[in-house]
Amino acid sequence: MSEIKRMDLEYSQLDSDRMRINVGPQHPSTHGVLRLEVEVDGEIVTEVVPHLGYLHRSFEKHCERMTYQQIIPYIDRMDYISAMNNEWPYVMALEKMLDIKVPEKVEYLRVIVSELNRIANHQIAVATFGLDAGAFTPFLFYFRDREYIIWILEKLSGARLLYNYFRVGGMAADIYPTFKQEVLDVVAKVRKTNAEIMNLLIYNSIFIKRTAHVGILTPEVAINYGCSGPVLRGSGVAHDLRRDEAYSVYDRFDFEVPVGKGEVGVVGDSWNRNMVRVNEMEQSCRIIEQAIAQMPDEGDVTALIPKRIKIPKGEVYMRAENPKGDLGFYIVSNGTDKPERLKARGASFVNLSVIPEISKGYMFADLILILGSIDIVLGEVDR
Amino acid sequence: MSPQEIYEKLKKDFGDLVTELVDVPQTDPYIRVQPSAVFDICHSLRDDAGLEFDYLMSLSGTDLGEQLGVVYHLYSMHHRHKIVIKTEVSKENPLVPSVERLWRSADWHEREAWDLLGIRFDGHHNHIRILLPYDWEGHPLRKDYQAPETYHGMKVS
Repeated sequence: MSEIKRMDLEYSQLDSDRMRINVGPQHPSTHGVLRLEVEVDGEIVTEVVPHLGYLHRSFEKHCERMTYQQIIPYIDRMDYISAMNNEWPYVMALEKMLDIKVPEKVEYLRVIVSELNRIANHQIAVATFGLDAGAFTPFLFYFRDREYIIWILEKLSGARLLYNYFRVGGMAADIYPTFKQEVLDVVAKVRKTNAEIMNLLIYNSIFIKRTAHVGILTPEVAINYGCSGPVLRGSGVAHDLRRDEAYSVYDRFDFEVPVGKGEVGVVGDSWNRNMVRVNEMEQSCRIIEQAIAQMPDEGDVTALIPKRIKIPKGEVYMRAENPKGDLGFYIVSNGTDKPERLKARGASFVNLSVIPEISKGYMFADLILILGSIDIVLGEVDR
Repeated sequence: MSPQEIYEKLKKDFGDLVTELVDVPQTDPYIRVQPSAVFDICHSLRDDAGLEFDYLMSLSGTDLGEQLGVVYHLYSMHHRHKIVIKTEVSKENPLVPSVERLWRSADWHEREAWDLLGIRFDGHHNHIRILLPYDWEGHPLRKDYQAPETYHGMKVS
């Protein structure tokens, strides 16, 4: 009779119920090719490690080989959901270095297309956030309405998403005759759908139970992590560059800066971040209406566009309020027609870095919602 | 506070570690500092009354030819003023103190500067690449960078 070999297991040394799960990079709920390495204890998230770079396209290296005009289409591809807004700080930075004052009509046209694009971006953000929580109908409503916005932008620029519409000193093309009326029609549609979404999604008790008190981001942490846009404002910090730094003609409009108020849940949770976006759509509608009314009819939007751009030596950091937060461009010029160094500070890149901080201790299903409430686009994270 | 006032305050506190204030046309005014003092100066910029730069807008690495540069764009939510801090390190020993403990947003920005330019940040808790694969060789944003022929047997074009 042979002796049975005893295996003495020290159970305290075995980490029997902690598990590391790979989320993404190919999964719809990560909103792109983001990979999260998640450690869970049962169903509770104990650690999140984001792994980036699956969409890295060497944007900054490419820019050093291209002329300033050639860079604009590449900038579209950073935050491809709101390409109009992306182009703005870039051309603004170059206009500042070249000391170009763009015509009034161009400024108003920029405001209108950017705010339209902001609405389109927030529609996707709220729609997919609802989708993460299991609400499919608002997604269809928003995508139906977003199509009208995209049609207007397509008529202006010729492209549905990647517009290449801004130019240093002007715009690529003038408006078409029925532009103003179509924009006002779209604004009415946006308002009507948002009123429906309020009952359908925002104040839906299942949605509130899923999103309120989830992923709480305090204002101090948000500022220290460099968060911006609706993520920062959802935490109650009224920071909006359109008001605080009032670039372009934003000082001529009457609008509010929505912040998370905690009417449901607490300030800084996922519900409040999402609510900021819904409220911002209404404010964008107000800005568009005022801009349409004030916009001059005369003027050639292509008149001041220089054929060749040679930026004098110098460097500038320009930022603007994008739908996802502050997008900044740090441009170093060496006096030629190509930049010496161009760094893009994407809002998604910075906002995403807060995920490990705010998702600890929540359920695994909540992690997906927290990620949805941050509203990232991987084109901007990975560049 | 204006850049001039910020410069004078820093000069009073740190002396020769603060090199100069550069305010030329076509450029945001910036203060050049010694790399060894980056952490202390940033600490002072963040916490001193009147300065309170609580928001790191951007942290960029640059290749200056002979040297590597790090540029800090700071903003104060409270006072709504801005300043740019610059420092330069040699390519042989590109070591800059990490400011990640002051502004957590510096965490990923410093990893990016390491990844793309090879600037090392002393005291960073997780000093690894961020955008490129973890086993990538070289730092592509350097002007003299040569892309490898292959990566794990795949052609790099």
